[in-house]
Amino acid sequence: MGKKLTGADIIWECLVQEGVDVVFGYPGGAILRAYDALNNYYDQIHHVLVRHEQGATHMADGYARASGKVGVAIATSGPGATNMVTGLATAMMDSSPIVCITGQVPSTAIGGDAFQECDVTGVTMPVTKHNYLVTDINDLAQAIREAFYIARTGRPGPVLIDVPKNVQFAEIEDFVYPTEPINLPGYQPPEELSQMQVDEALEMINTSEKPVILAGHGVLLSGAMQELLDLCQKGNIPVTTTLLGVGGLPASNPLNMGMMGMHGEASANHAIQEADLLIACGMRFDDRVTGNLKTYSPNSKKIHIDIDASEINKNIRVDLGLVTDLGMALRQINPGLKHNDRSAWINKIQGWEEESKQRDILNIETPTLLAAQAVRKIWEGTEGNAVVVSDVGQHQMLECQYYPHEDPNTLLTSGGLGTMGFSVPAAIGASFTVKDREVWVIVGDGCVQMTIMELATAVQENANINICIINNGYLGMVRQWQQLFYDARYAETPISSPDYVKLAEAYGMQGYRVDKLEDIIPVMRKAQDHDGPVLIEMVVEQHDMVYPMVPAGADLDAMIRRPHPQFADMEM
Amino acid sequence: MKQTLVALVEDKPGVLNRVASLFRRRNFNIESLAVGHSETPGVSRMTIVTDEEEYLRRNIVRTNLLKMVNVIDVQDVTDVPSVIRETALIKVRIDATKRREVMDLAEMYRGRIVDVANHSLIVEVTGESSKIDSMLEVLEPIGIVEVMRTGKIAMCRGMVTSRDENGTS
Repeated sequence: MGKKLTGADIIWECLVQEGVDVVFGYPGGAILRAYDALNNYYDQIHHVLVRHEQGATHMADGYARASGKVGVAIATSGPGATNMVTGLATAMMDSSPIVCITGQVPSTAIGGDAFQECDVTGVTMPVTKHNYLVTDINDLAQAIREAFYIARTGRPGPVLIDVPKNVQFAEIEDFVYPTEPINLPGYQPPEELSQMQVDEALEMINTSEKPVILAGHGVLLSGAMQELLDLCQKGNIPVTTTLLGVGGLPASNPLNMGMMGMHGEASANHAIQEADLLIACGMRFDDRVTGNLKTYSPNSKKIHIDIDASEINKNIRVDLGLVTDLGMALRQINPGLKHNDRSAWINKIQGWEEESKQRDILNIETPTLLAAQAVRKIWEGTEGNAVVVSDVGQHQMLECQYYPHEDPNTLLTSGGLGTMGFSVPAAIGASFTVKDREVWVIVGDGCVQMTIMELATAVQENANINICIINNGYLGMVRQWQQLFYDARYAETPISSPDYVKLAEAYGMQGYRVDKLEDIIPVMRKAQDHDGPVLIEMVVEQHDMVYPMVPAGADLDAMIRRPHPQFADMEM
Repeated sequence: MKQTLVALVEDKPGVLNRVASLFRRRNFNIESLAVGHSETPGVSRMTIVTDEEEYLRRNIVRTNLLKMVNVIDVQDVTDVPSVIRETALIKVRIDATKRREVMDLAEMYRGRIVDVANHSLIVEVTGESSKIDSMLEVLEPIGIVEVMRTGKIAMCRGMVTSRDENGTS
C-alpha cells in the first residue's frame, strides 16, 4: 500500500530514497510548498541555508567531489535558479555529479512572464548533462530517480529538475516509490574493450621506449587508482596528472612527475614533448595542458581512454581511441604489460626534475613571505593530509606545486570553468562528508570576496573549515599576465580587501593575520584546535609569479622559468 | 560533401531544442533539419545535414549527439548507400502564356501542380536536392514568388542498420 503524498513530499521522499542526508538551498515563493514539506523530513535530511544560490551549487559540488556521492542544491524559480548557472557550468566542466531542484511558476502560468518566472530548463540546457521540467506529479519521482542516475553514472555531471508550484501542491493518493530498473534507451553503460583493441594498446605500450601516462579526472571518477598504479609500476611508465587528476597517483610515487601544462612541472612538459607514446587516461587535452596543438608531443603515438566518445579526437588526433570506463579498460590491458625498466627514459626525466629542484623558490632566501612558501607551510602544518579546497588563480597553481597529495579526492578545485569564488562554499559542502581529515581552503584575496557571504553559512553550520586567504593585494594571475604580456600595465588588478580579522569577528568566527613564515604553523595549530570555521589571512609578497609558465598557445616546452643566478638560460 | 546524419530521438518536449542547442554550443552548423514520427511510437526520426567536411569533425558531431540522453541512436549516412529526398513547394508568377510552360516543366521533373490561381501556380517537386536546385534554376526566369524546401530526409538502402556503420575511433 502506498501513502497519500503531495508533490512537495515526493521530492523529499525521493531524496531520502537516494540516500541524501544533506541538501544546500534557499527558499522562495515557487519552492515554498516543498520547503513546507521539509518540516516532515528534518529527522532524515539536514538543510543548509546558503547566502546565495551559487553557493548552494558549489557546496553540492564540493560535497560530491569529496564523497563521490551526488550533491543536492535547491532554489526557487527565476533569480534563485539563474543564480545556479555558474555552479552548474562549473560542475558540468568538471564532471561533478550534482542534482539541482528548482521551483517554477505553476505550469498553467508558464510562458506568461509570471513573477519570478524564467525558462530555467532553457537557460540551463547547455550547462547541464540533462534537465527536466516536470509538469505532471505522476512523472516526478521517476524524473528525480533518473536525475540521480544520470548525474552519477557514465561521465558524471549536473542534472536540474524544474518543478512547477502546482506540481508541488498536487497529490497522489497511493504513492509507491518506483523500483523498476531505470531504462533510458539513449543512455547505455560502457562496454568492455574488444580483444583487438586490447592487443593494439598493448602492442603500442610494450614497444614504446619513452611512454608517458597522462592521468586525468577520469582516474578519480572511475576509481581507477589501483589500475593506474599497476599500469605505471609494471611498465615503469612515468605519470603526469592534470589539475583535476591530482591524487590519482600518490605524489610520493617516484614515477609521478606532478602536474602537466601551463603551470605544470617542467619535467612533465619536457617528457610529454619528447615522448614516443602518450597514454591519456580520463583526460580531455584541455588547452591549458596542451599549449600549441600543432606542436604538441610531435613524435608520439597516442592512446586515449575516455568514457566520453566525443572527447576522442576533439582536440588532439589520436592513434587509438578507447571509449569505456577507465578502470575496466586498464583491468583488461594491464595483464598483458611486459616488464620494462626504461631506465634511460627515467634517468632523463630525473635530470629535468633535478634542475627544477635547484630553481625552486623554496631553496631561495627571500626577505618577505611568498605565496609558495605559505602553501608549503600549510602542507607541513596539515602533514599533507588535509582535503584542500583551492580557488582559481596563482594560489591554485601554487597549491598543485607545493602541496603534494597522496590520496584521491583530497584536492577540490574548479578546473575547467575556473570559477572564482568556488572554494569557500565548496569547502562548506565538503565538510559535511569529510570526517577523517581536516578541510583547508586556500583562496586568493580576489576569489574570496566573490562568495564571502558564505562565511555566514559556515558560522551558522559551525562548519569545520580553515580558510587561508593568500593576500597579495592583486588579482594575482591576471596581474601576472599583465606583467608578462601587457607590458606591466596593471589595469584594474590592484584590489583592496576588508580587514579580514575584523570581518571574521563580525561574522562570529576566529580570524588571524600572519605575514611571517615562522608564524604560520603556530596560527594553524590554533585553527586546528578550534571546532568551527577559522579564517587566516596570509599577507604575501605582491609581485611574485607562478613558474614555470607556458604562455597561452605557446609550445608546451617553451616555458618561462623562474630566474635563477645559477642558470645561464635565464629566459626572463 | 555535406554530412548527413539520421538520429532516432525520444519524442519528448524540448528534444529539438536540445539538438539545435548542441549544434550552436559546439559551433557546428546545421544546413537543414527535418523531424517527424518514426515507425516506433514515442520515437522521432531526425535527418540533419551539416557542412562538416572532415572525417574526425563529423565523428565528433555524431558522438556529441549520441551523448544526449534523449538521443537513442545516430547514423552517419554520408558515405552509406541511402535514399535522400527533399520536397519543395515553388510558387511561380504566371500569366496565360506561361501556364502551359510551367506545367510542362513540372511534368519533366515529375512534379505536380498543387495550386492554380490567375497569376500563380504552386509546383510540388520531390527528389534529390540537386534536382530541386535544377528545377529552381529553370523556373527562375519565369518568376519565382516563394520557395519552401523541407530539408533532406534520408534512409539507408537495404537492411543496413546504424550500428554496423559506425566505428568509435
